[in-house]
Amino acid sequence: MSSLMPSLAAADQNTAIEPAKVIQPAWVRTVHWINAVAMILMIMSGWQIYNASPLFDFRFSHSITLGGWLGGALLWHFAAMWLLMVNGLVYLITGLATGRFRKKLLPITPRGVVSDVKAALTFKLAHDDLSKYNSVQKLLYAGIIVVGIVIVLSGLSIWKPVQLHWLVMLFGDYSAARYVHFFCMSAIVAFLIVHVALALLVPKSLRAMIIGR
Amino acid sequence: MGRIRSLLIPGVDKKLLVKDATKLMPDLARRRFISGGASLGALTLLTGCDVLDGDSADRMLARISKFNDAVQAWMFNPDALAPTFPESAITKPFPFNGYYDVDDAPEIDGKDWKLEVRGLVENKKSWTLDELYQLPQEKQVTRHICVEGWSAIGSWTGTPLRDFLKMIGADTRAKYVWFQCADKEGYNSPLDMRSALHPQTQMSFKFADEILPRAYGFPMKIRVPTKLGFKNPKYVISMEVTNDYKGGYWEDQGYNSFSGS
Repeated sequence: MSSLMPSLAAADQNTAIEPAKVIQPAWVRTVHWINAVAMILMIMSGWQIYNASPLFDFRFSHSITLGGWLGGALLWHFAAMWLLMVNGLVYLITGLATGRFRKKLLPITPRGVVSDVKAALTFKLAHDDLSKYNSVQKLLYAGIIVVGIVIVLSGLSIWKPVQLHWLVMLFGDYSAARYVHFFCMSAIVAFLIVHVALALLVPKSLRAMIIGR
Repeated sequence: MGRIRSLLIPGVDKKLLVKDATKLMPDLARRRFISGGASLGALTLLTGCDVLDGDSADRMLARISKFNDAVQAWMFNPDALAPTFPESAITKPFPFNGYYDVDDAPEIDGKDWKLEVRGLVENKKSWTLDELYQLPQEKQVTRHICVEGWSAIGSWTGTPLRDFLKMIGADTRAKYVWFQCADKEGYNSPLDMRSALHPQTQMSFKFADEILPRAYGFPMKIRVPTKLGFKNPKYVISMEVTNDYKGGYWEDQGYNSFSGS
């Protein structure tokens, strides 16, 4: 980690020197795509686990779940969790250490969000500079990081309700932690739909997340 | 479709369906179906990838599950107690759960039943129910958490397993206590020794202050509030103190063996 950090910081400085060129530094692209794989594995296996004892009056179609049955889905879920957790920690630590979160996501002001939402709804929101996020993007990207943290904490609570009882108390009790875990998943899926749709609408943003420019 | 949906109601869960369905298949097809089932999604995701076919994905998942066993054993703090609840919090009715219908639950005659003790113990004498009832008992109101996700709070009364293990001179340095049960198809499950010695792990003889009813495991259940429900065997007929991992009914089908909460 220690040998990795300076080069990552350097990568971000390059962004500052040539802002028009590198939009997404290599470390962001790497953790982004690893996260994409981990998220999809977690969500699809999570749906299969949900089906064993649904919280609501519906089940997920077998065609979009992973694992085949509860036991298989649990194996996937508890394997992919390592990928999600380690990759997520690398993302959070690097994002904080390089100042990327501060530079890209802050400040978020209510006034800015309101005016950008208005602009977006009237199709006047510009997308000229991909290296700068508008207020709506800032809010959504910061928000989804918080949701990502909460889904991991609620997941740990469901996994280890005795050992991590203090964490369970944060959500109320075991049953409440299950609902929190489910609603975080719903928020992530909703985010994913918008995120993917917009990436397809603005293909240069997708290109930037693949080749960096 | 209507029939399938009616089979998918809570209480008659999918595991049972899959089990029943696979029983109808010849052995080889059955094995393929179970292992194929776990990697069905994997195959879809990894289409075109020669390195990771279904079988190697399954092997990888099994290896990670073993790794998770070790991580969980490392995380396990024997002093961490499962939260207890007031009697008013008890779930009524407490659900019956099994891979068979409640009508197919073992019917055991308490007068004939004996608990068999085997393995690394000094005193291998079998215990009648009356003898076990003489041992000091404790009561706990704890949350039972099923691997499926649902949970229910119940009240169990019985003898701490660690007191019994001491009494029979069990080698508590052994790795497992392995339980065998009277359920059809012969339920069994291994319990790691540290969980077996946990102060709340109990040989339960009563539920809600009444002699354990048939639905909840008469004459004896092992209540382990630090484990998922399937690691809480009912209708126990023998216990063996052993260093060998002997597998278990659900563990052999892929549930993580530690499965501790």
